[in-house]
Amino acid sequence: MTTAETETVESFRLRARAWLAENMPRLDADAPLPTLGDDDHEWVRARELQKLLHAGGFAGICFPREYGGLGLSPAHQRAFTEETAGYEMPVQLNIPTFSIVAATLLDMGSEEQKRERISAAIRGDEVLCQFLSEPSGGSDLAGLLTRAELDGDTWILNGQKTWSTSAYAADWGLCLARTNWDVPKHRGLTMFLIPTEAPGLHMNRVKMVNGSREFCEEFFTDVQLPASAVVGEVNNGWAVASRQLFHERNAVGGGSPYVSGIAGRPRALGGQSLFTVARATGRAAEPGVRERVGEWVALEAVKNQMVSRVSRAIGSGALPPPAASLLRLFHAEAAQRGTDLAMDIAGAQIAAGVGTDEGVTGRAGVSYLSRQGASLGGGSSEMARNQISERLLGMPREPAADRDIPFNQVKRGRV
Amino acid sequence: MELELTADQKLFQSSARSLLEKDHSLDRLRRLEPGESAWDRDSWQRGAELGWAATIVPEELGGGSVSGEGVRDLTLLAEELGSVVAPGPFLPVNVVLAGLVAAHGTGPDHTATIEALVAGEQVAAWAVYEPGGHWAPEAAHVAASPTADGWRLDGTKDRVEAGLQADLLLVTATTPEGLAQFLVPTSAEGVTTSPQWALDLSRPLAEVRLDGVVVGPDAVVGTPATTAEIVEKQLQIALLVQCAELCGGLEKMFALTMQWGFDRYSFGRPLASYQALKHRYADMRTWLEACHSTTQAAAEAVQAGSPDAPQLVSVAKSFVAERAQWILQDCVQLHGGIGVTWEHDLHLYLRRATSDRALYGTPEDHRRRLADLSSL
Repeated sequence: MTTAETETVESFRLRARAWLAENMPRLDADAPLPTLGDDDHEWVRARELQKLLHAGGFAGICFPREYGGLGLSPAHQRAFTEETAGYEMPVQLNIPTFSIVAATLLDMGSEEQKRERISAAIRGDEVLCQFLSEPSGGSDLAGLLTRAELDGDTWILNGQKTWSTSAYAADWGLCLARTNWDVPKHRGLTMFLIPTEAPGLHMNRVKMVNGSREFCEEFFTDVQLPASAVVGEVNNGWAVASRQLFHERNAVGGGSPYVSGIAGRPRALGGQSLFTVARATGRAAEPGVRERVGEWVALEAVKNQMVSRVSRAIGSGALPPPAASLLRLFHAEAAQRGTDLAMDIAGAQIAAGVGTDEGVTGRAGVSYLSRQGASLGGGSSEMARNQISERLLGMPREPAADRDIPFNQVKRGRV
Repeated sequence: MELELTADQKLFQSSARSLLEKDHSLDRLRRLEPGESAWDRDSWQRGAELGWAATIVPEELGGGSVSGEGVRDLTLLAEELGSVVAPGPFLPVNVVLAGLVAAHGTGPDHTATIEALVAGEQVAAWAVYEPGGHWAPEAAHVAASPTADGWRLDGTKDRVEAGLQADLLLVTATTPEGLAQFLVPTSAEGVTTSPQWALDLSRPLAEVRLDGVVVGPDAVVGTPATTAEIVEKQLQIALLVQCAELCGGLEKMFALTMQWGFDRYSFGRPLASYQALKHRYADMRTWLEACHSTTQAAAEAVQAGSPDAPQLVSVAKSFVAERAQWILQDCVQLHGGIGVTWEHDLHLYLRRATSDRALYGTPEDHRRRLADLSSL
């Protein structure tokens, strides 16, 4: 489609508005909060909703047309997302399926990978995930130990991954493995695209302190992969992972053009707003409580304003891509302050529910327990601060004891 | 800071910058004698000639803006002025103009005053605070009683920015019909202005006593029915100017502290090589971006007269005023002992930030306002 033929944002918005009203189910604001850890039906629902969007011609707005998308601009996507307020949307597919995995395949994948996986995700047929982190280390991703060895034309994969978000619901995953141990760590990695049903892949769900079971751990035992499973080039997997990390920061910070629709409820607070907590405690009239609710309102607003400004700046080149870490860092700060404010407001009721139910204040308490998740998931806040100071402010890089040393000679810890 | 400026806006910015370089120096602020004013009418007049009091005034009332979006130009200017802690009545004059422009057509005609303020021939100040009082513009103790041919004002105002140098005061007062605002000449009988100790060296404050001050019916600004709305407009401009000048100042002090981090060596390496310090710089950089984001969003809402402008200025003020202090105190810490000396520039910015935090609603006041506006 040439520029002259591209539909204007306003026309697209009006068409979307009419279509959504006609076809998309409305969100039920009074529906009870879902129980954390029990979300299988949500994934079935997400695929149904995605299929609905695809049938209506509103799926994959910023993905190229040749891979099943609409080839439109981020402004079109923003307009569409604004129009989806109040409607049920397949928001589970935003991260990591579209904004991280599909976005990375688009940057680095083979023609076949792009044509098949991206379009299947857009059609609502497939869900994508990532197999990156390992139990041996979180921040030092390139120090991973999962190995892939070539046996004739077949890669044999062995090792263990963890923290794979919603992998249990996924069909395909991007998996980073070491293919050369005789070179420094970044230079011996290869990215593979693997089916989650591959023989030899065993998956467990990890239960978190708040009861959530969205993360998985995987054990790979002699998993066989064809040469076409490689994404990018052999031993150049770090380049692919870097794109993934960029897209992840962008997505977690809220700046991705591949996110469609926004979650109706703030996840960080267990799906409850501070208004709900203030009302439930009967303290909404107290000035101290009102101040805290106001602070939360302001922080949420600033977070969104910053997403809009920084993503525009990265898009125009006014800021370099590592500026996405600004969003990542502020997102964590705002989310954590939110849980703290909720705890303040819940006051004496934070540790108790209503009868045998956790109730609003009990849920605020449970959310508080997983407070640090905001500064750990998608790369820790400490790594974001390194990124900002080194890549954005140009400060000297941290010394690394494994720099330029063949990976098989690098010291490892006991755990 | 806007991400992109037009050529006209850049010219506007650079003309302001060169006037400030000529007329103003931080050293002069530092060397002020007690009782000496930080600014004079001539330098304000030169600023007014460059359009510093014209941006939010429509052309038919003598104003005009370079971008056609006056609030954006006002914000741009405020950043420039804030980046050098410029003294002068920029905030009060523009706040009074916001009120007079908002009231235009609803009450007595103040066109001549608007034109004189735009031209820099007159200076006006907003007399809204009262001794011992917090931010509560709607609850004035100054009383305005109707007389046979006008009004009589009694009471005391304080924290009046530019009150000593002003020709006119825009006074909030309670009438039998509720809150109203009056334009009162400082030369009127019964008006006494006296200097008030001020933390911000660049912003002289005044106490104003009104003892049986008699004004005509034409002194009223707007009508009792529109006063709340007019005061809201004034507040929006005051908050925007504060946030933008804080952003300008923060940008400057952050750059200074960055340079210090690269230039200053301890144990044979620059401060900027220590992770503990790098992380503090990263936090500051993040907060600074957030301050710009919320200030620009508020400016756009006020420019557009959008229904969420009251929320967005309170979001910006509550956030920027708090983070400005976090950032500046961290700048002091990273500088070490020199950061708390009189000779260093940091305290001039910290004074401005602390004063801006306090005036026109503290972050706490604006958070409660946000709860009110959210109908909690």
